[in-house]
Amino acid sequence: MIRKAPEAMAESAGLEIRDLTVSYRTESGPLHTVRGVSLSIAPGEIYGLVGESGSGKTTLARAVVRYLPANGRIDGGSVRLDGVELLELPRKRVRSIWGARITMVHQDPGAAVNPSIPIGEQIAETVRVHLRMSRRQAAAAALEMLSRVRMPDPAAAARRYAHQLSGGQLQRVLIAIALSTNPRLLIMDEPTTALDVTTEAVILDLVRDLLSEYRTAVLYITHNLGVVARVCRRVGVLYAGELVEEGSVRDVFKQMLHPYTLGLLGSVPRVDVDKRDIVLNTIPGYIPRPDNLPAGCVFAPRCRGAEDACRAARPPLVAAEAAHLTACRRWQALRRSPGAFAALQKRREFVEPTAGPVVLEANNVRKYFPVSGVGLLELIRHGRPRVRAVDDISVRVRKSFTMGIVGESSCGKTTLARCIAGLEEATAGEFLLEGQPLPRTVARRSPALLRRIQMVFQNPDASLNPQVTAGASVARPLVLLGRMSRKSIERRIQELFEAVNLPQDYIRRLPHELSGGEKQRVAIARAFATDPALMICDEPISSLDVSVQASLMNLLAELQDSKGTSYLFISHDLAAVRHLSDWIAVIYLGRLWEIGSAVDVFAPPQHPYTEALLSALPIPDPEARQKRIRLRGSVPSAVNVPGGCRFHTRCPRKLGEICETEEPPWREHGRWHRICCHIPIEGLLRLQQAGGA
Amino acid sequence: MAIYLLRRVGFIALTLLLASIIIFAATQLLPGDVAQVMLGQFATPEAVANLRQELGLDRPAHAQYLDWLRGFVSGDWGESMVSRQPVRPLVMGRVRNSAMLAGLALVFYVPVGILLGVIAALRKEKGADQLISGLSMAFVGLPEFVTGLLLISAFAFGLALLPANSSIAPSTSFREAFRYLVLPAVTVSLTSLGYVTRMTRASTIDVLGADYVRAADLKGLPRGQVLGRHVLRNSLLPTVTVVAMGIGYLIGGLIVTEQVYGYPGLGRLLVYGIQRRDVVLVQACSMVVVTVYSLSNLIADLLYSVLNPRIRYR
Repeated sequence: MIRKAPEAMAESAGLEIRDLTVSYRTESGPLHTVRGVSLSIAPGEIYGLVGESGSGKTTLARAVVRYLPANGRIDGGSVRLDGVELLELPRKRVRSIWGARITMVHQDPGAAVNPSIPIGEQIAETVRVHLRMSRRQAAAAALEMLSRVRMPDPAAAARRYAHQLSGGQLQRVLIAIALSTNPRLLIMDEPTTALDVTTEAVILDLVRDLLSEYRTAVLYITHNLGVVARVCRRVGVLYAGELVEEGSVRDVFKQMLHPYTLGLLGSVPRVDVDKRDIVLNTIPGYIPRPDNLPAGCVFAPRCRGAEDACRAARPPLVAAEAAHLTACRRWQALRRSPGAFAALQKRREFVEPTAGPVVLEANNVRKYFPVSGVGLLELIRHGRPRVRAVDDISVRVRKSFTMGIVGESSCGKTTLARCIAGLEEATAGEFLLEGQPLPRTVARRSPALLRRIQMVFQNPDASLNPQVTAGASVARPLVLLGRMSRKSIERRIQELFEAVNLPQDYIRRLPHELSGGEKQRVAIARAFATDPALMICDEPISSLDVSVQASLMNLLAELQDSKGTSYLFISHDLAAVRHLSDWIAVIYLGRLWEIGSAVDVFAPPQHPYTEALLSALPIPDPEARQKRIRLRGSVPSAVNVPGGCRFHTRCPRKLGEICETEEPPWREHGRWHRICCHIPIEGLLRLQQAGGA
Repeated sequence: MAIYLLRRVGFIALTLLLASIIIFAATQLLPGDVAQVMLGQFATPEAVANLRQELGLDRPAHAQYLDWLRGFVSGDWGESMVSRQPVRPLVMGRVRNSAMLAGLALVFYVPVGILLGVIAALRKEKGADQLISGLSMAFVGLPEFVTGLLLISAFAFGLALLPANSSIAPSTSFREAFRYLVLPAVTVSLTSLGYVTRMTRASTIDVLGADYVRAADLKGLPRGQVLGRHVLRNSLLPTVTVVAMGIGYLIGGLIVTEQVYGYPGLGRLLVYGIQRRDVVLVQACSMVVVTVYSLSNLIADLLYSVLNPRIRYR
């Protein structure tokens, strides 16, 4: 490792972290959450810090700004900004550095903006305090910042309140605040995690383009490797509180020298291959807690290439190459044969997507919600307004196939799933399950029908009863829907736990004794208990870490193979949908716009909306070539849907008036692929193969 | 906003109308007969019947109600059945006295409650917080006739600082009455003080943990500015509701407290009316109480909408 002499450091610009160690005091003793982390960021550089939950990345950021919670303590090390030691600054001085020399952008923009102060004033107050501007100058500076972050109509936006802006606009506001004082260090903590993929892409463009105009060092914290590939130049991989690899994005993503990095990158689903081609790489086991660290390498217990020497002593971070550091002592072996460190990637057998009987048929499903709190005058003038959450969607799911449903948030995908599950009564539509008519609500469905449709929800914390053991949760549908003896129920639970790869002693555990991924396995076991023909998965992996997501996707694919269950898989994560689905339906504003086999939908010709979604997706490959198609604004309200084609207000390929006045026709491409657009198939092909917008 | 206001005022009118029916019906159900009470135990049945006729008590209930309502709306609240004096000046005089007492209480407990609540929130789980939280819990739990007697024995009898009896002449000026108002005002305040403190503490702790407060801190704003603009502005919203609800409670508290101190306010007048079966007086007092309560709720809602940009009434 290259270390500068102390006197040279005093003059160096940017951020210098040396051997930073942070702990939390808890009832069961201190938790050493960040240990001996060193990194430096030059002015104008965007440094990506990647790690899963529990890696200590947020603690590191908070220690750098000296904003740790009351039980947090910095045990050692040094943090210098432009040569000034931050850890030795008196408390009072720290506050004068916040907002002036160091600024921060947080994860949830909706929560980080004060709800009762106009946006413009929230920018202006920072400028007034730090740059000693008058009220008038500060207001002008706020407007200037709003236009720099490309806020549409900055003057009007300045007077608005948080609840009147979309998530993407609020994130622009936070970026405007953070840059308003031209800081020396900007820390961005998962700034796009709470946003839709299309909005995320726009914000990432903004971050990249805007920051090139500043001489600010940027610490960009994220769990999303695709985001790092898109905005960062250098990246550090944090695992269990230690930096395990650091280098240029190109080196780390293409020639990783640590098995954890290899595992992480292998567990991200890709858009060019799917479950038929590969099994996702997984990392066995769990990230160790800071009070239960292994003696040797922190990653050794989960490493497929670990040797005795790895477990004996903690390997230091060494410079394997110029500007490429790794904490793996076997990095040379890793470089020679990465296969020895990764999980086996077997190919799976698969059947053609046309085969098999139809399991679910949902025809012309509509779900309208009444809008409350409408004035009497409006009621008389326009009638009762309704949110058209799902507005005439038809889908079919065939036996042992997965139908993936994608779309931005509030496009109606969850409502559709809930209507099919019978949790929400469809306003109109017809459902057939294995040829039998399916009543619209759960209450009117017979136990025999209920057995055949099950659901897995997004948040396993909320879908498992915290008072009941995992085994009892799984037994519940068996008791309610199947006439089984106690003995055979017990046997069935054992089978199910085995099927979802949970040890038998987990049957008696309570939900709080399980990790997030394990809870979701229990929820999957419960859904499979009654041998359903159709399983509805509503964002089943979205709240989990990347490596846990991969193992759950593998599990779902495995179970489908062995049991022949059909899935309706709903997700905003295009890569996950691509990986698991045979068939994909693209939804926007309650309508279907494109449907076809996964391969067809992910290649031209595509609906312009699908094309935009795909080009927004951050791909964890610095060399990936993506078109840059960005959607303007956010999804319009489902109360007043635009006339003609509903997508015309944001469509980058809008033809003209026809899109605003006439509903587009369905166009066939091949036997199974259908697109609803005014542009003919050949036209779409020509536009999309040419590349660019 | 104008439409909203109109709707609310209409709604209040409806509330008052319903309240008037309930009050009228309830006063009809009061046990005993005003004529009997006025004439005493040994009156002849003829005398009672005569008086009943004179007072209009023999007519059907709905006719009595409509007459009374018409009079009430036009400002003629009728004559006291006992003293044969017009009720309105009597009630209004007492309203003034009660308003002095309630106003003094509000001016005392709202700022003190907010201050204590904020201090407790900032010193969460430390000594000051435990003291304040414990006290406010005790205040909420203790009824006025207990706290009143405790205060009297401490400040009037023990320290001899303030008078124990507040039975002043009904039209005493505020300046002269002040000495007599302090103890009743504190007594009637304590329960509400407890509520305000607890609510302010809870919502301030909530807001102190909000992302936007962390963001304001990290903007480097002075701590005072973070507290004043970013924390309190949001954390006092629920307190506004509690204060408004408290006004209703305050009126109930006044009845007991005025009784304890012998203070000539609306509550005492109401109790007096009930004891004498003076239906007209009871009706007038009750209507005033309902009106005050409705208006204070309206004011709270309007204040809430001014403070909270997320609520803009249509």
